[in-house]
Amino acid sequence: MIKFENVTKAYPDGTVAVDGLNLEAPTGKLTILVGPSGCGKTTSLRMINRLIEPTSGTIYLDDQPTSGMDAALLRRRIGYVIQHAGLFPHRTIVDNVATMPILLGESRQKARTKALELIERVGLPASFAKRYPWQLSGGQQQRVGVARALASDPAFMLMDEPFSAVDPVVRGQLQDEFLRLQSEIGKTIIMVTHDIDEALKLGDQVAVMRVGGKLAQMASPSELLTSPADEFVADFVGRDRGYRSLGFTKTAGAVAIGEEAVVQLGASAEEARAKATGAWVLVVDGSRKPLGWAQPEQIAGGELKREHLNLSGIAAAASGTMRQLLDAALSSPSRRGVVVNEHGELIGTVTATDVVKAIEAEPHLETAR
Amino acid sequence: MNIEWLGRQFDTIVFLLGWHVLLTVIPLILGLLIALPLGWWAHRSRRIYPLLVGVAGLLYTVPSLALFVLLPLVLGTKILDPLNIVAALTIYTVALLVRVVADALESVPEDTVQAAKAMGYRSWQSLLKVELPVGVPVISAGLRVAAVSNVSLVSVAALLGIPQLGSLFTQGFQLRFFTPIIAGILLCVILAMILDGLIILLNRWLTPWTPKVVAS
Ligand SMILES: Nc1ncnc2c1ncn2[C@@H]1O[C@H](COP(=O)(O)OP(=O)(O)OP(=O)(O)O)[C@@H](O)[C@H]1O
Ligand SMILES: [Mg+2]
Repeated sequence: MIKFENVTKAYPDGTVAVDGLNLEAPTGKLTILVGPSGCGKTTSLRMINRLIEPTSGTIYLDDQPTSGMDAALLRRRIGYVIQHAGLFPHRTIVDNVATMPILLGESRQKARTKALELIERVGLPASFAKRYPWQLSGGQQQRVGVARALASDPAFMLMDEPFSAVDPVVRGQLQDEFLRLQSEIGKTIIMVTHDIDEALKLGDQVAVMRVGGKLAQMASPSELLTSPADEFVADFVGRDRGYRSLGFTKTAGAVAIGEEAVVQLGASAEEARAKATGAWVLVVDGSRKPLGWAQPEQIAGGELKREHLNLSGIAAAASGTMRQLLDAALSSPSRRGVVVNEHGELIGTVTATDVVKAIEAEPHLETAR
Repeated sequence: MNIEWLGRQFDTIVFLLGWHVLLTVIPLILGLLIALPLGWWAHRSRRIYPLLVGVAGLLYTVPSLALFVLLPLVLGTKILDPLNIVAALTIYTVALLVRVVADALESVPEDTVQAAKAMGYRSWQSLLKVELPVGVPVISAGLRVAAVSNVSLVSVAALLGIPQLGSLFTQGFQLRFFTPIIAGILLCVILAMILDGLIILLNRWLTPWTPKVVAS
């Protein structure tokens, strides 16, 4: 557990970066600090491992005040992912990752073996081990930064915008990989971001800070969306928060899934026309996995081929969220959203109307602003 | 060129060359060793930096001959003592390298220094294991300048009668005989080039991590 008690930081020039912060990051959970630029997120994070000393107040690590500890020893207990990775340019990737264990007295050999494992664990090929940081892309360097912080297997991790230097697609992948990793290792993490979507996606709990270094609200992602504490939080969480909050509502049988007649590749135009509802028919493979939608009129005389498929629809898992279900319906050319089971096999289809009906029947969501 | 003379004087020339190498390299190493802590000090403190770099710049402008003559008074050595040359050139090397070392440490990316600190390196560990190694390319660039400058400064000591390649110049002038002068110049140039090359090799060996510039 990491706890802030009335922590204030005023820089020598008078800037109050953090003002009376009270916050608790529970053991084994991922706590996110989010807020507009300059609201004191980095300052808060760096006060935990005493790269910055608080002006007043106390920070506790598992109930022990950090102020009495030897700063270097304190830092060795905490993994720190610096913004833009901050790798050592003069060390190979494997030696970058092995830094902390070696500093803690482990043998070079052992530390390197462990580092190699970690490099693969964050999704990089082992062949990168002998490279130098400049030979990696920004996103790859950030993964190494994460691996380096994990190497000494610290109980605590501080991460400053660890996924910021990459494009949205890679960022999404890194986030997913990280969530999977965290579900295995369960560390006490405080992560800083200024991206509210990232905060809502990753956080077990999210602390929204406002400029001036004050805590505006601390809550779970769905609570932030459905009951923001004030105008500032409501604004910061964003306009389409009503729609986004659907991303936290499980469908769990609330939506009626309709049956859908299907054809396979190679079907004749007549068969397709007979099975179609409206202008579209759903095409599946031999194991009932959806391939795409087709229009029987376009199968001119011959048989149904791959080139006739419209691939724009996104399938939703029956175990997924309302948002995924609605997205499946809205993205489908037939306006019928494909629903699949955990093996990717077709269960049936839903319409946007069905989903909205289920949402309206959901008592929790009625309180959404 | 009088090849026959060169052949006869071969032993003397090798002897002079040996002295020249010693008088160049020893101050270079001593100067670097002294400049490292001074440069680190200048780098650490915003107030010390202009002071140290300013004094170093001033020292470098003192004419070498004046220093060679003044040092015996300060050190209590004899005027013909080669130690004077070593001391004087060490001062020049330090004067040149203090700024170089400070700038080398300054060239280390802030993120890198912060990362070292955040991982629990104490400040001396960070200096030895991160900041100095990353600053090596800047330091070697400064060292190359100091080496070449030392090679030429040593020859001035010939005026005091201390044996090194510069003695070939004084001898040539006295005898109005060009062969030793040309031999002296050539050997100085070659020595400077060899030292320069050695430092380049050393730098390459110490910094396998720098991006290789592909010659076009
Ligand atoms: N060394 C410093 N001296 C004076 N003021 C500082 C210093 N470092 C930061 N500040 C100020 O403190 C405030 C908080 O800075 P901080 O870096 O914590 O913001 P942040 O929330 O991390 O912002 P960003 O999202 O842009 O990284 C800012 O107004 C900043 O200008
Ligand atoms: Mg910041």
